[in-house]
Amino acid sequence: MKHIKTINKPYLQSTIKTGGCGECQASCQSACKTSCTVGNQVCEKRQ
Amino acid sequence: MKENIHKFHYKDIYFLLDVNSGAVHVVDVMTADIMDIFDGHNDETVIAQLSGIYKISELAEVLSELHELINKGQLFAPDIDVPPVFSEKGIVKSMCLLVAHDCNLRCKYCFADSGEFGADRRLMNNEVGEAAVEYIIRHSGNRQHCEIDFFGGEPLVNMPVVRHLTEYIRNREKETGKIFKLTLTTNGMLLTDENIAFLNDNNISVVISLDGRKEVHDRMRPDVGGNGTYDRVISNFKKLVKSRNDENYYMRGTYTKYNLDFTKDVLSMAKEGFDILSMEPVVAKDADYAILKSDLPRIFAEYDKLVDAYLQYKSEGKGFFFFHFNMDLSNGPCVAKRLSGCGAGHEYYAVAANGDMYPCHQFVGRNKYLLGNVFDGVKNTDLPQYFRNCHVLNKEKCRDCWARFFCSGGCHANADLFNGDIYKPYEIGCELQKKRLECAIAVQAINNMEK
Repeated sequence: MKHIKTINKPYLQSTIKTGGCGECQASCQSACKTSCTVGNQVCEKRQ
Repeated sequence: MKENIHKFHYKDIYFLLDVNSGAVHVVDVMTADIMDIFDGHNDETVIAQLSGIYKISELAEVLSELHELINKGQLFAPDIDVPPVFSEKGIVKSMCLLVAHDCNLRCKYCFADSGEFGADRRLMNNEVGEAAVEYIIRHSGNRQHCEIDFFGGEPLVNMPVVRHLTEYIRNREKETGKIFKLTLTTNGMLLTDENIAFLNDNNISVVISLDGRKEVHDRMRPDVGGNGTYDRVISNFKKLVKSRNDENYYMRGTYTKYNLDFTKDVLSMAKEGFDILSMEPVVAKDADYAILKSDLPRIFAEYDKLVDAYLQYKSEGKGFFFFHFNMDLSNGPCVAKRLSGCGAGHEYYAVAANGDMYPCHQFVGRNKYLLGNVFDGVKNTDLPQYFRNCHVLNKEKCRDCWARFFCSGGCHANADLFNGDIYKPYEIGCELQKKRLECAIAVQAINNMEK
């Protein structure tokens, strides 16, 4: 494409039915104990 | 109105986030202008409104590219509803053990009231700690990965119990097949050689607290006598981090109204040799150091500065991790995880020294949120479901927000603190979160384009 560069492979829609294994870390525990951001968490399945 | 496309820019780079697919597109200015009008169907309107500025042939070219993205499900992707898997009852897999309701510092912004949590100073005993471990084993179902964080107050104040529980947990891992990730959050004052060796030998991740520059740290994190602690803790932290090959730690700081130039604090940490960093805004009401709505423009500009510095350091081969800029845009968490958020109250509990369980460490001492205790289990059985249902698609302010699948709807404890209702997010927190997300997406996109 000339005007648009897609920089990632989007996956959100595909996880609606397949996700939820719950093996990932509780986000608040991950670094700071005051942050509940989930966008930067890591998926244990796809790691 | 529901925001399904979020447009923003960093310097002269324009980004489009397709909220429901997670696709991130870098676009030229013409495409950015078109997206102010384009809704997926109104090509004629776009051309009519912009043909005085751009050539019709070029507009048609962009519209063709946009339709290609729509067809690939990467633009105007369909709304996401609660996935079926999410209706399951939550499983408790993560606990924060407040092994010491006591602390050797008197940090001025401490939500735990210097470890007392509104009650007496006390230490957790082995019996309570073991019961907490057993609670997690019994209530984590088939999930293999569990987590326990030794927290306080200052957990190293109660090192005998930390040692005992670590040994207990490692034995129970062998017996149950569970894998416990252990973390310990410390102010660094008691990081003796002996304690460091124990933490390393037992693969315990550490979260270490430093506020950046010496003068900033000493102002907010004095010891019991009111003396600065920077010099003492930084030498301990250096020793600790070196001893574990610069891995398995996070250095986290808090910024307040007193240091809204916090980029300098992050860089101070980096210059001291630490490269896994986090810096969080203070959450406080009615205090001189509290962050106000009127501070937001200044803070937003500071985050832009931090992005500049982050990218510059990276380009010079001195790059560091910054927690809020870490984001895997192609392999991040699933929708169910994004809805479950921090898990407080349904996947994650905090255990007070006496065994009382609360939705998270910040709720400890807030009586209406008492869940039960580690010996008798959850007595307030409505609370876990109340917390599990408190996700972005059920919160009025979240369900239409572009950040809904990144932020998890904000911190419940902060929502309760400011609005008395976990379903009403803390507004300043939302604004900061959105700015940080834009920065994170920009950083990751720039990194990706450089590959």
